[in-house]
Amino acid sequence: MSLLPFCEWLAGTNGSIALHESLYVYPIAESVHVWTLVVFVGLGVILDLRLLGVALRSVPVTELVERLGPWVVAGFVVMAASGSLLFYAVPVRTYQSVWFRSKMVFLVLAALNAWVFHSGVYRSVARWDLATTIPRRAKLAGAISLVLWAGVILSGRFIAYNWFDCDHQPQSALVNALAGCVVEPDTPPR
Amino acid sequence: MNGLSAFQWLESTGVGRAIRESTWLFPAIEGVHLLAFAVIGGALLLVDLRLIGIGLRRVPIAVVARDAERWLLGSLAVMAVSGTLLFLSEAVKCYYSPPFWVKMSSLALAVLFTFTVRRRVTLISDAAANPMRDRVIALTSIALWGGVAWGGRWIGFSG
Repeated sequence: MSLLPFCEWLAGTNGSIALHESLYVYPIAESVHVWTLVVFVGLGVILDLRLLGVALRSVPVTELVERLGPWVVAGFVVMAASGSLLFYAVPVRTYQSVWFRSKMVFLVLAALNAWVFHSGVYRSVARWDLATTIPRRAKLAGAISLVLWAGVILSGRFIAYNWFDCDHQPQSALVNALAGCVVEPDTPPR
Repeated sequence: MNGLSAFQWLESTGVGRAIRESTWLFPAIEGVHLLAFAVIGGALLLVDLRLIGIGLRRVPIAVVARDAERWLLGSLAVMAVSGTLLFLSEAVKCYYSPPFWVKMSSLALAVLFTFTVRRRVTLISDAAANPMRDRVIALTSIALWGGVAWGGRWIGFSG
């Protein structure tokens, strides 16, 4: 099922048009979205580095999770709210952006990785809270998290560029398929 | 040579031209700049939240600060190199951009403050003894680095 009709409808709503045309609200939402990286990913990275055993080794893992966790969650809420506004302002182009799509894939994988960590190896954290050898599965969770969040950030940044936009025809069938472009079979090359 | 002609010369260098003429280089360098932004922010905030008393609590400030400093220096180096490359590709635009000058002045103050006053308080003296002073230092740090982040984001909106 394609969400394109929904995005087209969204793009026609008054709120979306107002946001799209606003001189200040859009740039402010975008800035908040970028600045909150510091809280959300910045503090998240500290935890990942601790899981890898390369930072704050003398600090218990539980102390980091309990004391930084609420900041990371709050950061995520701001990220999601400002990100939704950005999507709402430009729904169709964003929906058909390969970078937005790869960002969403990275985001889902990162959430999955966090869930696997918390419901798995973290349950036994009492045994390795301050241990010199960190369980392999905890290290792996930290490493995977770093890679996936880097993927989210880079994909997110590249949404701004129009390299693979649907109105840049002709482009490869693979890009069109990934972006969900609706291409007329007899579109003359530009 | 006045300021503007210096910036014009910087923009005309081979490095600046190569970045400007490539489709991918500027966005790729910008991506690296953004990744390092997340890390430097985390390294700063970790210590500032600890100083305010709303971050880590069970660990001495000096322990947190010493560890965070490695990540701070590392990410600052990546930011400086990638930022210089971005600057070389559009030096003249930066020259006319007020946010660029806000960013550079804040950066100078932030670096100076971080590696003198803040470093001394977090690493050398017994920081736990004076919560009020610690809070002022943390908030000053957040304000100065916040100015850098504000200017950085707003260079993109100007010009």
